[in-house]
Amino acid sequence: MFLFKRKRPVFQGGVHPDDRKQATSGLPIECLPMPARLYLPVQQHIGAAARPVVKAGDTVLKGQMIARGDGAVSAAVHAPTSGRILGVEPHPAPHPSGLPVETIVIEPDGEDRWLEDPDPEHALNLEPEAIARRVAEAGVVGMGGATFPAAIKLNLGSRHHIDTLIINGSECEPYLTCDDRLMRERTDEVVDGIRIMRHALGARRALVVVEDNKPEALAALQARLYEMDTIEAMAVPTRYPMGSEKHMIKAVTGREIPAGKLGADIGVIVHNVGTAYAVHRAVRMQRPLISRIVTVGGGAVQRPANLEVLLGTRVEDLLAHCGGTRQPPARLLMGGPMMGQVMPHAQVPVIKGSNGIIALTEEEINIGETMPCIRCGRCVAACPCGLMPLEMAARIRKEDMDGAVDYGLMDCVACGSCSYVCPSHIPLVQFFHHAKGVLGARREQQRRQEEIKRLAQQRRERQEAEARAKAEAAERRKAEREAAKRKAEEAKAARAAKAATAKETPKTPAADQAEA
Amino acid sequence: MTQTTPVSGPHTHAPGSVAWNMGWVTLALLPATAFGVYLFGWPALNLLLITILAAVLFEALCLRIAGRPVSPFLMDGSAIVTGLLLALTLPPWAPWWIGVLGAAFAIIVGKHVFGGLGQNLFNPAMLARVALLVSFPLEMTTWITPSPLFSEGAPGFLEGLAITFGLAAIPDAVTGATVLGEAQTGFSRDLGLSETLPGVYAPLQQALGFVPSSLGEGSALLLLAGGLLLMAKRIITWDVPVAMLGTLVILSTVFMLIDPERYAGPGLHLFSGAAMLVAFFIITDPVTSPSTVAGRLLFGAGCGLLIYVIRTWGGYPEGAAFAVILMNALTPLIDHYLRPRAYGRTRRGKPLPMKNTEAPAPAQEKRP
Repeated sequence: MFLFKRKRPVFQGGVHPDDRKQATSGLPIECLPMPARLYLPVQQHIGAAARPVVKAGDTVLKGQMIARGDGAVSAAVHAPTSGRILGVEPHPAPHPSGLPVETIVIEPDGEDRWLEDPDPEHALNLEPEAIARRVAEAGVVGMGGATFPAAIKLNLGSRHHIDTLIINGSECEPYLTCDDRLMRERTDEVVDGIRIMRHALGARRALVVVEDNKPEALAALQARLYEMDTIEAMAVPTRYPMGSEKHMIKAVTGREIPAGKLGADIGVIVHNVGTAYAVHRAVRMQRPLISRIVTVGGGAVQRPANLEVLLGTRVEDLLAHCGGTRQPPARLLMGGPMMGQVMPHAQVPVIKGSNGIIALTEEEINIGETMPCIRCGRCVAACPCGLMPLEMAARIRKEDMDGAVDYGLMDCVACGSCSYVCPSHIPLVQFFHHAKGVLGARREQQRRQEEIKRLAQQRRERQEAEARAKAEAAERRKAEREAAKRKAEEAKAARAAKAATAKETPKTPAADQAEA
Repeated sequence: MTQTTPVSGPHTHAPGSVAWNMGWVTLALLPATAFGVYLFGWPALNLLLITILAAVLFEALCLRIAGRPVSPFLMDGSAIVTGLLLALTLPPWAPWWIGVLGAAFAIIVGKHVFGGLGQNLFNPAMLARVALLVSFPLEMTTWITPSPLFSEGAPGFLEGLAITFGLAAIPDAVTGATVLGEAQTGFSRDLGLSETLPGVYAPLQQALGFVPSSLGEGSALLLLAGGLLLMAKRIITWDVPVAMLGTLVILSTVFMLIDPERYAGPGLHLFSGAAMLVAFFIITDPVTSPSTVAGRLLFGAGCGLLIYVIRTWGGYPEGAAFAVILMNALTPLIDHYLRPRAYGRTRRGKPLPMKNTEAPAPAQEKRP
């Protein structure tokens, strides 16, 4: 650690929201009692939905795969406990729309019996591919909320030269302390997961990055590392959005990912600390991802807590365990207040990416009346991507989506720093989401039009070919008739004409057929 | 509980609003305003109140005509700030109709013709001041030697009303000229600064504001203090004032070193005329200044340059309002060309070049 005392470049812009972590940062992780039902959506990750491999009435054991990853980018789902499958049916998803998705419902039998009891694995002897395969089989996804299947990112070492593995322990969202508690309480497991990941990627070094508002977590990590270790724990200034992959890479290595490229292209991979823990469980302990740590917080919650929760537990069960709500929350969020999503109600389940359940009061949200933009440029100063949110929003307001793209709409990571500082309380992020939606729809429309054009072109070509073939056939028949005429008329040339016809005759029907 | 309309994050917000900003600006202007009122007495207070009241009334009228909600926009305080700033740049004993006409021009032509709050191209107060100066040169250049409230010879309340409403003429004895005016007059008579300035320019007096000046421009130190307060509260940014005052100081120092008889030094430029008021309260107006740091530096430097040029070689002794208006007109251009560099892109907007090109192009993967 002392080798890296030099001043590090930090990204431009960013904001300092009040972190409000004190309510839960001192609370140890509690285990939530077994809920009455578990609701496991088959889509808990980015990519294709998993395919259920169980049906209503089946009994499953803890850790048994109940839905298989389907396609290149997907993740399996496992039974969080032993019990009976009540059904595979639509259930409201943890998404602002609250629309139902295919969900496997399990009734726990209370025995909590594991499928198998494997011995710990000597993980660092495994080939990188074997590690990635185990991580994939365990259904591990990015636990910071992004939920990208982790195995795919662990496999990148084979195609890219990765020199640095960054473990994101910044937890820059206000309220959330689940990663903080994980780093403090399960330090050995996290460090082991990092060693496994570094080994799988073939990275020269691994950096655990913690914002400087979590000194205990940093100290715990540093206590577990050797002096000349390949893993290093380092503090970075507390600034939102430190946890964004692009900005963390910039803050830690000084490198910038060129637009349109990935971290792997510049030799850096970023994983969350929660993912490191899940990898340790998956590879060393051979246990699939069936639970996660969730911060329950916000001013409307009676007793904020950090809970270890089985995936599929409904939000209402978590809130009930925390003594319910003091007042009806003004907004119930999954995730932090900066980028989290509003839940339609508390009957949605916790999924792999749910790092927080935050019930906010009206005062905490601080919604102001939206005023006209006064062009103060605070959004420009706050934007960590170097964009001009006010100009983008002004263009989107006029439905000039191309103008907004010209101002960098597609480089926006929707971190919300601009909306957070806007004195006119303009919902800038909402503008950008809207514009991206419109552009997406437009692209889809264009794709369809091109497809229609292509099909129409094909049809026209086919029709032309048919017409040509018909004309050719007619010509040929005409020639034949004339030849026959000539044959009848000219007895002398009949033999020669007969030979020519014989050559053509078998070819004609075949060619006709081929062209038809 | 059910949330019917999906809202995107963030679900929390930094403290502050437009009204909050305007409130702080007003507060920061209070010391200089109070000092101006003290220095120039009742007529100044009358003019101040008339101008602000007129600005608020015209704002309400315009909002009503535009069919916008009146109360939230009136409550944002922007009309009060416009009226206040305009009043501070007026000669302290100007008649009431100067204040009313100025407020009308600022609010109607300067602001609402463009579409109201946030849409105006020019700073409304400066636009109104320029219009008044061009239209009513006599009233707009009648400066008063300080006659503090309740001091001997200062007009009482009724006399003040009489002056404001044009019932009594301003006695010649109390009129004076500003330092910048004296310097320019001297220059036109081929007098060097060493002959013009003694008697009219004492640096400390000038900085404190005990000199003929506009209503609120006099006390450079109080304006500076107000400006620093706004900076500390992060209501305004450092870049514009620093660029403007820096340019002014550099230019005046360089020219003073070339010919001290002809060109006044940085002290006189900084502490006289509208320099401080403009630097901290006028060109920091968010609406009419660029939105990037680089743009604001350029904008501020441009203002400083134009102020110096107009003061030194122009036809008017003070050119701050003209300088601001000219630079306001350039703001859209500056904003168009001086954009920040986006993450992962070059200044020209192209993706950054790859450092290690040996890595093969990856298959298209979508990753968060």
